[in-house]
Amino acid sequence: MSAPTAVLKAELRLFLREPFSLFWIVVFPTLLLAILGLIPSFREPSAELGGNRVIDLYVPVSVLLATIMAGLMALPPVLAGYRERGILRRMSTTPVRPAALLAAQIALHFAAALVSALLAIATGRLAFGVDLPAHPPGYILALLLGALSALALGSAITAITPTAKATNVAGTIVFFPTMFLAGVWVPVQAMPELLQHIVGYFPFGAAAQALDDAAQGGWPAWSDLGVPAAWTALLIAAAVRWFRWE
Amino acid sequence: MPIIEVNGLRKTYGAHTAVDDVTFTVDEGEIFGILGPNGAGKTTAVECLEGLRRPDTGTIRVAGLDPATDRDELTAILGVQLQESELQEKLTVREALDLYSAFYPSPEDSHALAERLGLTTKLTTRFGKLSGGQKQRLFIALALIGRPRIVVLDELTTGLDPRARRDTWKLIEEIRDSGVTVVLVTHFMEEAQRLCDRIAVFKQGRIAALDTPAGLIGRSAGDTVISFTPSRPLDHDDLAHLPDAQTIERRDGRLTIHGGDTTVNAVISLLARHRITAHQLRVTDSTLDDAFLELTEDREN
Repeated sequence: MSAPTAVLKAELRLFLREPFSLFWIVVFPTLLLAILGLIPSFREPSAELGGNRVIDLYVPVSVLLATIMAGLMALPPVLAGYRERGILRRMSTTPVRPAALLAAQIALHFAAALVSALLAIATGRLAFGVDLPAHPPGYILALLLGALSALALGSAITAITPTAKATNVAGTIVFFPTMFLAGVWVPVQAMPELLQHIVGYFPFGAAAQALDDAAQGGWPAWSDLGVPAAWTALLIAAAVRWFRWE
Repeated sequence: MPIIEVNGLRKTYGAHTAVDDVTFTVDEGEIFGILGPNGAGKTTAVECLEGLRRPDTGTIRVAGLDPATDRDELTAILGVQLQESELQEKLTVREALDLYSAFYPSPEDSHALAERLGLTTKLTTRFGKLSGGQKQRLFIALALIGRPRIVVLDELTTGLDPRARRDTWKLIEEIRDSGVTVVLVTHFMEEAQRLCDRIAVFKQGRIAALDTPAGLIGRSAGDTVISFTPSRPLDHDDLAHLPDAQTIERRDGRLTIHGGDTTVNAVISLLARHRITAHQLRVTDSTLDDAFLELTEDREN
């Protein structure tokens, strides 16, 4: 077995031993969707939402929530812990570079976010009759960009905070506005127009618009794909620039 | 033939100079000790050897490699046990051994290694649930798993009980006998005296002395210590004229004299001449402890 494969395998085992992380990333977004779906009025078409139902809007929200949980809630404490507890240092004395460990964790959180997104889409379809995304390539692209910007944000937070404790505090502070931008409290489509315009400059607001467009069957606006892509690039650059190995 | 060459090594952190103009070589197959009080720069020096830190000035060659630039070649031949590091909390002993053995081209058999280190019954235990001594033994196993030519062990037996410490010493001797060069950072005198072929004593970032354990002891005030309680006080002049006596202490009627073999003989004939009985007479070799304390004593105070 090659070294990177061995690292990935070991980290996968460890990832599966974290029930709380798995709950928040994989179960919670779908659970929230299911609870909202049990409210009868949310399953009625509403004229204010252009004939859509609330539950229709919350499928993309749950999908984004999955990426936020993975990138912002679960990932930073793991990375910061590996740094603070000398696990990266120990690995840097072996032929394997410690970056392999970070890469494995980021990849696993990415995969978990995608599994969670699929679960939310499937639950929406099977339990509440929410149509599957009408424009799958656009939807997948928007989902990937949303997930990448969440992971990049989590990595950047880990990079600029010196201790695991500071990482957790910073992560929590960023977490709530991020949930708002993604439309967890009020779906972006239901926000006043000015607010919609403002959140469109942030990765999750833009990704929410892009997911909604693709769900309706159109190719997402380039700006709504460009914003999360640009943020991802910027955040990755920041993470690489400021990350300290110890 | 030196396998490690350190020349004029210097490393500063801001205004603090951690290591200052340190030069030493380690021969292939020896156990080389680095001894010194806390904060003397021992760990910084070995971290430069391991490539974890870049020296400000000076050159280091480990098996001909520069640790700062030849990382890939160096990590393949250098096994390391760090003073402060952990593993993933929920990784089991077996998984840790399997993971680390996948990093090296021809690793040691991990089960044989676990057996040598008494970890066989702990293979399914998670790292977070191991005792301090078990963690330490696992780290030694991980340092050896790649069949290194050189191992650097930093504070090897800290946290081990006396029995486990002795077992570990035996293991280190076996490792050396198999041809591996060992660099041992420690502050246990007994450990250094028992294991090391040569010892560098660090003091405030510099090497205060570099010698064999016997050589270091021989340098101290006197390598023999005579202590006894005389049945009646001895004349001050008689004591002052004892040959080779370096220091004489009196405490609660008990005399402690640091000197050599001739001092011992002179004391015995002195006692016989004056018909004085020496109660609880002890003649002991002075230890590395004595030499160490003397070498690292802060003379400015």
